[in-house]
Amino acid sequence: MATKEMRAERDPALTDETMVINLGPQHPSTHGVLRVRLTLDGERVVKAEPVIGYLHTGFEKTAETLTYQQCNTITDRLDYLAPMTNNLAFVLAVERMMDIEVPKRAQYVRVLFSELTRVASHLVWLGTHVMDLGAMSLFFYCMREREVILDLIEAAAGVRMNPSYFRVGGLAYDLPEGFHEKVRDFLKDFPRWMTTYRNLVDGNPLINERLVGISLLDRQTCYQYGVTGPNMRATGLALDLRKDEPYCYYDEFEFAVPTRTQCDAYARFWVRVEEIYESMKIIDQVLGKISPQGEYATTDRKVSLPPRDEIYGNMEALIHQFKLVTAGFPVPQGEVYQAVEGPRGEMGFYLVSDGGPKPYRWRARTPSYYNLQTMPIIAKDGLVADVITAIGSIDIMLGDVDK
Amino acid sequence: MGLNNTTKQEAERGILLTTVDKMSRWAQKSSVWPATFGLACCAIEMMSVTSSRYDLARFGSEAFRASPRQADLMIVAGRVSQKMAPVLRTIWEQMPEPKWVISMGACASSGGVFDNYAIIQGVDHVVPVDVYVPGCPPTPEALMFGILKLREKIQTGLPPKYLEATAWTGGVS
Amino acid sequence: MNRLDTGLIERLEEKFGEAVKPRESIDFTTIVVDPEHLLALAEFLKAAEGYQMFNDVLVVDWFPSRPRFEVVYQVFHPEKIMRLRFKSFVGENQPLPSLVGVFEGANWPEREAYDLFGVVFEGHPDLTRIYLPDDWEGHPLRKDYPTGGNRID
Repeated sequence: MATKEMRAERDPALTDETMVINLGPQHPSTHGVLRVRLTLDGERVVKAEPVIGYLHTGFEKTAETLTYQQCNTITDRLDYLAPMTNNLAFVLAVERMMDIEVPKRAQYVRVLFSELTRVASHLVWLGTHVMDLGAMSLFFYCMREREVILDLIEAAAGVRMNPSYFRVGGLAYDLPEGFHEKVRDFLKDFPRWMTTYRNLVDGNPLINERLVGISLLDRQTCYQYGVTGPNMRATGLALDLRKDEPYCYYDEFEFAVPTRTQCDAYARFWVRVEEIYESMKIIDQVLGKISPQGEYATTDRKVSLPPRDEIYGNMEALIHQFKLVTAGFPVPQGEVYQAVEGPRGEMGFYLVSDGGPKPYRWRARTPSYYNLQTMPIIAKDGLVADVITAIGSIDIMLGDVDK
Repeated sequence: MGLNNTTKQEAERGILLTTVDKMSRWAQKSSVWPATFGLACCAIEMMSVTSSRYDLARFGSEAFRASPRQADLMIVAGRVSQKMAPVLRTIWEQMPEPKWVISMGACASSGGVFDNYAIIQGVDHVVPVDVYVPGCPPTPEALMFGILKLREKIQTGLPPKYLEATAWTGGVS
Repeated sequence: MNRLDTGLIERLEEKFGEAVKPRESIDFTTIVVDPEHLLALAEFLKAAEGYQMFNDVLVVDWFPSRPRFEVVYQVFHPEKIMRLRFKSFVGENQPLPSLVGVFEGANWPEREAYDLFGVVFEGHPDLTRIYLPDDWEGHPLRKDYPTGGNRID
């Protein structure tokens, strides 16, 4: 690369020549429809401005026209790699407003699926991030393992993606028969494969060259911009809402919060990889705590449907079911903010109710939005190729950014 | 089989006779290359369909091209926003002919649950669509079925949708 | 569950007097602040109280009551793990001071509030539309904006 001085020697007019190029919105390595306007000085990035809104979906407007049960289904589609944690944040927010007690077993199952989702989400990140760095095969391996997790989700919820399995008051259905064995099989096989994949990248000089010391994101910047999740933990701060603001009895589980102190893409990489192993530990502990079949939703008739046999034999129950499905349940007036630790950081919902069955204001605090805002800082002064590393290493999801 | 003597002799020598038209249709349908147009949730299922378990390479469609100039199929995978629509139209116009469009998922086909200001209520307002794949998101099998349907369409010699609808004006107003 | 910052309200009332009023809330400390004191409050919270982590800026439209918009700010205390919410009420076409100088992360959420609600933030470095195309008319998250899709036939 020609330095500024060399160019100035050749032709003084070339000294401040910068070039503006567009990355995206359709570009193979931008993880969706992200557009980045790059100002380049040769191969160096002078300025990187993300331009978003190409996937703006109007979730917040649509949610105001839906009842609380219906809103649950659209939360899936925010961060579509981790639908279960989105569901969880939403149902916890509504439950907190209505002051509903959820059976302990249902909460444990929620933990189980949140962690499965976290593993699935990190697997897609690992595959695509490493693919952006130039290694193709790991993507196929990671997608293969993800399919196993999707099978587990499909067995329980009936759908591979966007399951809406968590409902206000508990779960949509009980776990299917033989689910424990399926998860145990997964727990037996997966760590071995994961370690194989880990060894593919661990100490690989090509990967290290692309990650070490690239796209620095320090702790003060994280504070300033509200960056959370693994990106934050790569600056050495063990801030994890599962530990610090425990929900769903997370405080009963033993797991570590992986941190690194280097603040670079390499640190963020290993924080996520280690989180996969920690999630496996939690899943293992959940299996020991829950019975294969049992209570899966509250019996509070305010939010849960009456059982089938009651509907067929009892007029009131039938009317109640009809009312609950068509009109929804009212939520007391007020506001609440409930956050959970998603795979990308703090996933929160801010709800305002006017006492009716539909939310007055439905605000999703989606982590990728705040993480992506740091893009101009972390991509600055790097090379063009490092912009791709930067996008991959902060692990954004465009559905989450554009909402 | 009704082969005449000459054909029989040729076939014995390892030569097959066909029309140029049939031959080119067969070649076209066997290597439909899609342009990467992943937008939302459906894009993840589109990634699944190319990867290990579903392996779209069996049907010659695994080569997702980053440049529209090298692609003959556009899989619109996900919700299309008002801001994205002009981009989508431009990319479609850049594709060489003949070209086909698959609308993947409820959002691309009809707007899905997002009946609001931001989302185009069906991508067929912007580009002519050959195959609609339902689902939210459609399973990889469903997308694969859609691609097989498209292959059938190409094999039978039906024109792509944009040639069929001559009166179609389209475009974002 | 959230931890509560005891004594914070007293300290704020001592500093800002009548400009700060506590609000009942089921989750964590919530205060309402006059728009004139918003910037000073944010600076005080960040520098003196340690609420140095930005969390969110959002708007609630209370159409047709007045003042119309409720602008809600949330901040986080990363050492004590405590949250705080402060809000201001503004009418239509009434500007609010931008918090970008205090929390740089307020940049995009404030642009979003401008884009979707039309709330103007004074002193914002680049107050343009963020989600919608630049030539869009109206602010779609306002309660008087139609909810249905824009069909182009």
